[in-house]
Amino acid sequence: MRKILLTMLVTSLLWADSAAARLQIFACEPEWGALASELGGELVSVFTATTAQQDPHHIQARPALIAQLRRADLAICTGAELEAGWLSMLQRRANNPRTAPGSLGFLEAAAQVELLERPQRLDRADGDVHASGNPHLHLDPRNIARVAAALSQRLIALDPGNADAYRRRGEDFQQRWQAAIATWEQRARPLQGMRIVVAHNDWVYLERWLGLQRIAALEPRPGIPPSSGHLATVLAKVQQEGATAVLYAAYQDRRPADWLAARSPVQPLRLPYTVGGSQRATDLFGLFDETIDLLLEALQ
Amino acid sequence: MRKMTLGALLLGTLAQPVAAQLSDSAAYNPALSLTLMGQYANYHKLDELRLPGFQLGGEAGLPEQGFSLDHTELTLSANIDPHFYGQVSAALVDHDGVTKLELEEAFVEATALPAGLRLTFGRFFSGVGYLNSHHRHSWDFVDAPLPVQAFLGGGYYDDGLQLTWLAPSALFVELGAETFRGGSFPAAKGDDDVGAYTVFAHVGGDIGFEHSWQLGVSQLWAKPAERTAGHDHAHHHHHHHAAIAFTGNSDLTIVDAVWKWAPGGNLRARHLTVQAEYFLRRESGELHEAGASGRYSGRQKGWYAQTVYQFMPRWRVGLRHDRLTSDNRGSDPQLLAEAGLADADSAARRYSAMVDFSPSEFSRFRLQLTRSEIGGESGSAIFLQYIMSLGAHGAHRF
Repeated sequence: MRKILLTMLVTSLLWADSAAARLQIFACEPEWGALASELGGELVSVFTATTAQQDPHHIQARPALIAQLRRADLAICTGAELEAGWLSMLQRRANNPRTAPGSLGFLEAAAQVELLERPQRLDRADGDVHASGNPHLHLDPRNIARVAAALSQRLIALDPGNADAYRRRGEDFQQRWQAAIATWEQRARPLQGMRIVVAHNDWVYLERWLGLQRIAALEPRPGIPPSSGHLATVLAKVQQEGATAVLYAAYQDRRPADWLAARSPVQPLRLPYTVGGSQRATDLFGLFDETIDLLLEALQ
Repeated sequence: MRKMTLGALLLGTLAQPVAAQLSDSAAYNPALSLTLMGQYANYHKLDELRLPGFQLGGEAGLPEQGFSLDHTELTLSANIDPHFYGQVSAALVDHDGVTKLELEEAFVEATALPAGLRLTFGRFFSGVGYLNSHHRHSWDFVDAPLPVQAFLGGGYYDDGLQLTWLAPSALFVELGAETFRGGSFPAAKGDDDVGAYTVFAHVGGDIGFEHSWQLGVSQLWAKPAERTAGHDHAHHHHHHHAAIAFTGNSDLTIVDAVWKWAPGGNLRARHLTVQAEYFLRRESGELHEAGASGRYSGRQKGWYAQTVYQFMPRWRVGLRHDRLTSDNRGSDPQLLAEAGLADADSAARRYSAMVDFSPSEFSRFRLQLTRSEIGGESGSAIFLQYIMSLGAHGAHRF
């Protein structure tokens, strides 16, 4: 009996030790959680703070998130003020200098890429405009490759004992990712010039990558819900200029898109937006597979 | 082989220097935020906050009848260096036609301590209870609940030290301890170096994606010396018991609970918050005024429970109920009564309902109706409030 107990104790201690030995990663959004899993594999343990059903602008600094950030060796977040309403509070209350801004354990995706729509003027009268530029950068897969490169470097710096494994995984991912980008670009050729309406301005990077043409947004200003007056203007524009689809993310209200679709030939198109946003979008590859499939379907 | 080389090449060319960071603003200037708050208040038989059985202090009180400004709050914050974070909050408050500047917060946090520790020093809101560490602009009702007014003077802040420790577990466990000068209600400056100290514990977590919760228990020990009822500044209140001073011990226990729910975890659309706090205070010591003195011991209780529901983006409704009662003993009943501590009519209860609309994250309008039964008298109030944030708007606490 004693022997069994002792064995159990030793096993549990060893198990706890091996779990603790893995690099703890706190990912603010599902896309970065998925990327960390791709690059870290079994060597890391990933906690993703938000889901595809949650608006990443509107998250509360919940106790569960503070507790997870306290344990993290590395936090990877979008940055560019996307998490302005919650991340700074988590960082202040997590009592964890390893993931403080400016340290090796805090990686801001927005700092690794060139942001679009950097505002010419900063005025809250223009709505919820981000001073550093549009933060929804993961919807251009070439940006994911850039962030992946930076993340691989951080993993190596934080866990040098496993440097070779991280390097291998990083190279393998970059290979597969570049191949996938080539396939997506090939398949998405018909999408060039496709006219779209967007619910919120979070598709800019996808638009630029695929050559989609945005003619209007349902939100009168970023972050301000659509008013009936503004929707009427959008409807007039759609009727005049024509558009194929109105894009909205899994976490967004579908009613304004449905309203527009009921009055014009434009189709409401719910895209996963991030990993977990639909049944097929279980990883980063699935996210873009499905996004392009859905856009192509809408075009037919 | 060729494949590996291409991968390595990509890694090399795409990676940028590890130190590259974007910051919220490129400049070194502290984040600056200004909150404009004000209201229109209309009272019916309730034109001042009088709570029999309680010696009020701090900022307990009601807004003035008619139009008036609430606190105009200016907050500056920034990292000082890799080791420290600093924040200052000052409130501009009108009192009898004179505008005063109240320094509510001026603290430094040591952010680089190991082992989940954080040290805060300077002037700050105590971490006891739940609502006390929330700024007024993030309150869900125009005024603080009655027990927060009666036991914490509307919000307890003081000069001192705070140490917190966060457990390295998936369950949120935060333990904290504070020592204060004891300069403000419920303490009052005595000759001791330390006039108040506290300990508190909070635990919390998520249940699935939709539910989150937090529970807390706190204890505040204060040694008020010559504490009189009255305020540093006033909106509207009670100066009539000001002459009688209390010296002794004032120990307060707070139990707090919060539960939040958002369908699908997406609080942008809809979400519900239920929160409650229970307060128990024991005071004992001496009451004295010129020429008279007597023993006093009190046992005072109160609680509030409130719920706020955002039923569609930008619109919220809320209900709140608060209650107070006291059981006070004194060797000189007349002195007890003159101090406002007679407990004969100490039962107080209030019902409040509010609806608010936020055109954006930075602006909010609120309508609140309150009905109160205090000391056997009933009264009611209507408030129309605005809360506007200019400049940097920091993240809110849970």
